[in-house]
Amino acid sequence: MSQPLAAIFAPGFFTSQIVQVAATVSAVAAVVCGTVGVFIVIRGQSFAGEALGDISTTGGSGAFLAGAGPLWGFGVAAVAASAVMELIGIQRPRGRDLATGIVLGAGLGLAALFLYLDSVYHNTTGATVSLVFGSMFAITSSSIPAVIAFSALAICLVAALGRPLLLSSVSPELAAARGIPVRLVGAAFLLALAIAVALAAFTIGTILSTALLVGPAATALRMTRSPARAIAAAAAIGIAACWLGIVLSYDSYDWYHQSGKSWPVSFFVVTLIFLGYLLSGLPQRLRRRRASVASDPAPAARLS
Amino acid sequence: MSDVLPNGGAPILAVDQVSVNLAGREVLRDVRFSIEPGEFTGLIGSNGAGKTTLFRVILGLQAAHGTVLVGGAPRSRRNPLIGYVPQKFQLDPDVPLRTRDLVGLGLDAHRYGIALPLRTRRARVEEMLEAVDARGFADARVGTLSGGEQQRVLIAHALIAAPKLLLLDEPLANLDLRSGHEVVALLARIASEQQIAVLISAHEMNPLLPVIDRIVYLAGGRAASGTTEEVVRTSVLSALYGHHVDVLQVHGRILVVAGEAGELADTSDHAHTRTPVEIIS
Repeated sequence: MSQPLAAIFAPGFFTSQIVQVAATVSAVAAVVCGTVGVFIVIRGQSFAGEALGDISTTGGSGAFLAGAGPLWGFGVAAVAASAVMELIGIQRPRGRDLATGIVLGAGLGLAALFLYLDSVYHNTTGATVSLVFGSMFAITSSSIPAVIAFSALAICLVAALGRPLLLSSVSPELAAARGIPVRLVGAAFLLALAIAVALAAFTIGTILSTALLVGPAATALRMTRSPARAIAAAAAIGIAACWLGIVLSYDSYDWYHQSGKSWPVSFFVVTLIFLGYLLSGLPQRLRRRRASVASDPAPAARLS
Repeated sequence: MSDVLPNGGAPILAVDQVSVNLAGREVLRDVRFSIEPGEFTGLIGSNGAGKTTLFRVILGLQAAHGTVLVGGAPRSRRNPLIGYVPQKFQLDPDVPLRTRDLVGLGLDAHRYGIALPLRTRRARVEEMLEAVDARGFADARVGTLSGGEQQRVLIAHALIAAPKLLLLDEPLANLDLRSGHEVVALLARIASEQQIAVLISAHEMNPLLPVIDRIVYLAGGRAASGTTEEVVRTSVLSALYGHHVDVLQVHGRILVVAGEAGELADTSDHAHTRTPVEIIS
């Protein structure tokens, strides 16, 4: 390998199975999160996404207690919580947020119990950290089939909902007038949202899942005008952040020789997503500043 | 002109003895009127008169007593004969939905799955954008458009499925005078060119007077319908409001002014006696 490339990709990076699994799982999760995330942002359901992510801590810790894989725990918890939200979701403008908040509180209560029991019976404090903040390099290749199955389900669901979902997301009034069952479409989307949350939680941790879910989509919305392009951009941004995060985390192993440990992947991924969001706002801000400077005859006067 | 239409001159919309109770309040009472194909009708009434409720009844979204026939058949959800422009439409400027996307959704939003990029679909959208003069902002996000532009896009969204009846809920409410005139002129042109009946609600009738064939006046949950001359008269509106109102002509504009308290014909309707001046100008 040439010298500059070797400086970026540490020796053994491309042959490491851990890296390959992390790259595969995170890319698949990023595509699902980009697809679902664009609708989350349009529908203003970020809070539901965040809440389901937090609640999947309950599922993850429960699965750990029962000796099952965390992905299944995340999935079961998120889907169950979204179903309860939908059931108690009151038909008022703010009813949705109330239902979300109530379910979030109850779910996290259970997580407190499960995490306590985990520490009693398994005597592992690391489990909590990897659950909440993710551990992409700890994912085994055996979980890839389940990740792909979950992803396919979520993407097929969003694709099948397609146009009715888009119209009811931008205007429930227009959708209802066309006979679209707005409530039913919303419930089906919530299921896709729950699956996306489970995948994001599996990839970068339950608490950080919302970053992968909402961040790339919010960035994509600043750069694109059509729904299809927004989804494609959100997926691409998510993949870029995850892969770059993996590279940096892998490299960080050598940053402090004495530590013998690499920095968490999730830290890099979330930070990159955040930086990307900030950067995407720059062109607009510059344009506005240039416009205001052009229209202002004495810009220096404003400094005082 | 209506005899050239397939349903042979039958009304496109027949509303008969429709009553609606919402939370114990009688919002509509024995409302009856009909609209012929290609007719331009103004649905006039102050805020809370039941205009939106009446639209929801016609769209099959609101339970009601009485009968509503659309194109001769009972009302139903997802009636392809009806196009609808809601009053409430708000999109953030960052929502990735272009004008052409929203117009395209008018064609097939009720179908599940993703729209295939067919050339015929694109051509229909292009044609519709042209018809409402929206090609200039076809690729702009809908949320960044002005109120008048958004109304034109919504009209295109409603018209692209080739309805026979277009319902517009207060399309002029948030528009400046000029944009309002443009929208009204556009609707009048489309209604006559494509023989589409238009039912347009407004709390102010004057901007519509030059183009409407008939008027449906809602007050106190009841309706009077006919030509403007037949309906907007002191005797008819006084009976409708349940108290005396004067219909005045001022510089070609019509003002409806509540009468003196002593002239009340029916004091049971407190909602209206409290209004010192009811101007529908």
